[in-house]
Amino acid sequence: MSWYRKISGCGLSGIISRKRQLIPGEEIIKSIVHQEERGNQLGAGFAGYGIYPQFPDCYALHVMYDHEFSKEETEEYIRNKFHVEHFEDIPTRRTPAIKDRPILFRYFVKPLSVHGETMVPDDFVMETVMEINEKIDGAFVFSSGKNMGAFKGVGGPAEIAEFFRIDEYSAHQWIAHTRFPTNTPGWWGGAHPFTLLDWAVVHNGEISSYGINRRYLEMFGYRCTLMTDTEVVAYLVDLLVRRHGLPLRIAAYALAAPFWKDIDRMEERGQELLTAMRMVYGSALLNGPFAVLVAWNGGMMGLNDRIKLRPLVAAVHGDRVYMASEESAIRAVCPRPDKVWAPKAGEPVIVPFDDSSDAWEVKGCQSL
Amino acid sequence: MLYDSVFVFPNFEVERDYDKCIVCKACVQQCTFDATYYLPYRARVVSKDTNCVGCRRCEAICPTGAIKIRRYQGEFKDNAYWTPRDLKDLYKQAEQGGVILTGGGNDRPYPVYWDHILLDACQVTNPSIDPLREPMELRTYLGRKPDRVEIRYNEDGEPELKTQIVPNLVAEVPVIFAPMSYGALNLNMHRAEAAAAKAMGTYWNTGEGGLHRELYPYGDHTIVQVASGRFGVHAEYLQVSAAMEIKIGQGAKPGIGGHLPGGKVDEEISKTRMIPVGSDALSPAPHHDIYSIEDLRQLIYALKEATNYEKPVSVKIAAVHNVAAIASGIARAGADIIVLDGFRGGTGASPAIVRDNVGIPIEMALAAVDQRLRDEGIRNWVSIIAAGGIRNSGDVIKAVALGADAVYIGTAALLAVGCTLCHKCYTGKCAWGITTNDPYIAKRLNPEIAAERLTNLLKAWAHEMKEMLGLMGINAIESLRGNRLRLRAVGLSREEMEILGVLPAGA
Repeated sequence: MSWYRKISGCGLSGIISRKRQLIPGEEIIKSIVHQEERGNQLGAGFAGYGIYPQFPDCYALHVMYDHEFSKEETEEYIRNKFHVEHFEDIPTRRTPAIKDRPILFRYFVKPLSVHGETMVPDDFVMETVMEINEKIDGAFVFSSGKNMGAFKGVGGPAEIAEFFRIDEYSAHQWIAHTRFPTNTPGWWGGAHPFTLLDWAVVHNGEISSYGINRRYLEMFGYRCTLMTDTEVVAYLVDLLVRRHGLPLRIAAYALAAPFWKDIDRMEERGQELLTAMRMVYGSALLNGPFAVLVAWNGGMMGLNDRIKLRPLVAAVHGDRVYMASEESAIRAVCPRPDKVWAPKAGEPVIVPFDDSSDAWEVKGCQSL
Repeated sequence: MLYDSVFVFPNFEVERDYDKCIVCKACVQQCTFDATYYLPYRARVVSKDTNCVGCRRCEAICPTGAIKIRRYQGEFKDNAYWTPRDLKDLYKQAEQGGVILTGGGNDRPYPVYWDHILLDACQVTNPSIDPLREPMELRTYLGRKPDRVEIRYNEDGEPELKTQIVPNLVAEVPVIFAPMSYGALNLNMHRAEAAAAKAMGTYWNTGEGGLHRELYPYGDHTIVQVASGRFGVHAEYLQVSAAMEIKIGQGAKPGIGGHLPGGKVDEEISKTRMIPVGSDALSPAPHHDIYSIEDLRQLIYALKEATNYEKPVSVKIAAVHNVAAIASGIARAGADIIVLDGFRGGTGASPAIVRDNVGIPIEMALAAVDQRLRDEGIRNWVSIIAAGGIRNSGDVIKAVALGADAVYIGTAALLAVGCTLCHKCYTGKCAWGITTNDPYIAKRLNPEIAAERLTNLLKAWAHEMKEMLGLMGINAIESLRGNRLRLRAVGLSREEMEILGVLPAGA
């Protein structure tokens, strides 16, 4: 049995350009740093999408190592399973505030088809990530999607941004996080975002249902190794959307389920569908206070718990959509948005890129 | 050598305050065990202590408070090994050469794991939720669920459900009245259970003695049992039900069949059970058509065929050592619900030696089964009902956190209508009118009042469960189900904690 660290009082911020215009890293840095009150310099992170246009078809594995041995072991493991197109140190800057940094590497890989295995590449990568994180001592894969990358560590958001040279990247969308760990001071792997494939999740809150969410995910081969409750969000979205093929809007009905009293008042179609969702995915319900931003290669979703116990504000300006814990974090980078609102409890804000036309992320987006 | 040992050493003594006694003879009229009688020539009510079973009916009914039932004061010489109970039982058997019968649940001092488990609560980092101000959900679906939901789009492009979900039970409170047969209980108790289950949006279970026709209108809230004796099982019985339950075993007496002494079989029971008046109804130890798991599968599907696949089928087993593997087999055999009955579960009649020595605690059985089904990735296929000694809503919450979808309450339901746990159910003389079929005594149980008390009990527990969910920061019971991280163990060994899947307090 392992244990988990509770996290609370965090700040999050996300920016997406629906037309896939490049958003410079400075913008997200400015927005997240503006929420200094919400962190305690013990963890921060960023995820950017469209940052590796030179390797669009490769899975970008970001790995942190405690020591050289774990690096050797992991690299051997990776080479046995993947064709490595390119690998390098993750570029960093010397930053006085960042101490005890792990060894950080990134690998741009494509799965080898071993003995004609017919496994879906995504599943193959997912299994590899789970395997490395669980079995190799001192090695953690903290990003594994295509043309996206997560950067995170122990420190404040400004320092982490400086350390990972976030200002040198531009992305179609960014999410960022500043952390206020309430338990043991941060471990690099425990900072947000949490990722799996191209899913990246930043989270403010505490998941009271973690124990069952985790046991539910274990039935489907996910292993929760990162010692925090947030990783279940990434895995649940992966399970519901990628593997079970549910539209994101419907999946959100599992994560922040409507109350029975509201379902009972719906017309038949909605009632039938939502009753089935709650019956089948009861163990996927995220209970407890949370605001999360979920990003993937097709867009971004903001979601609050079913009684909105954590803040989340959204704003639109032109083709850009902003979501953050506080309105000030949005106004810091977008002083005059066209529209600002506080999303309702359990009502997801789903922002697909304009070009993801008939994909699952768009279909069924409307509420029932 | 003793020639009358049973009568020499009573268990209770009836203490009368003759200053208070007004010789109304209510106690005489109420005592069904002939422990109290009137002596005309002394104009006094007196007692025969050896007949007293400690049910305290007389004490409760005495208008002047003149009666106190006390444990018998006379003592055997101290012996830490041979208890007075051992001695008395042994004397009784030496005298009569029979099996000692009992009713109720195992009352021996085995560990109670519920009492070694504590609940978590929210502080600061996670707000607790106030059930008086926020919605708090206990609704529970019982039955098979698919592994995933598939949707499709209708002509208007709106999403709708594509997956066919097999019928489930839906309980507004995850507490169901346990199987207790008509015969073991009288019709008044069945009336009360049926009415309370309906009022609270939950279910009651007929037990193995069939369903009296008068109660068919409550079918939607009735789980009907099919046991090895097949008493009262016919097409209509299955069709009126909400769900059907195959009873393989009972926690109080794993491995043996049901016992209804012929003395309790009257005209109505005979009709309902489809057996002659006055005949002992002893159901066989195994189902004689189920000698293996594949036979069970046949019966499950026979029941489903008989009811057009419109109702879930539950399989109830006693909690025994290998319960996890058995449960996995049952899930794979097609059952929709598995009921696990722990060794504290009650009985209307059982050999005391079996009740006191066989089975395992429900806490362990439940934890092992839930984990096994998860390890095999089939937990979604079945719901688990935990039974056998649930005493209060705290036990219910802990059972849910260990992995139960719902619980059965039997003993607790009897207590709610006046039972005092004298464990004499098998005699047919229950002075509280619950387990007797004597029409005169059975009148003591007013079905409307009993239904109200059962409803009150479920309401009270539901309130308490909502409080407990709220203090854990959870507003839907499914977020607690199997959420063992919200439990902590005190005073348990490492092995016990490992089986329960619970961390020690402080970790």
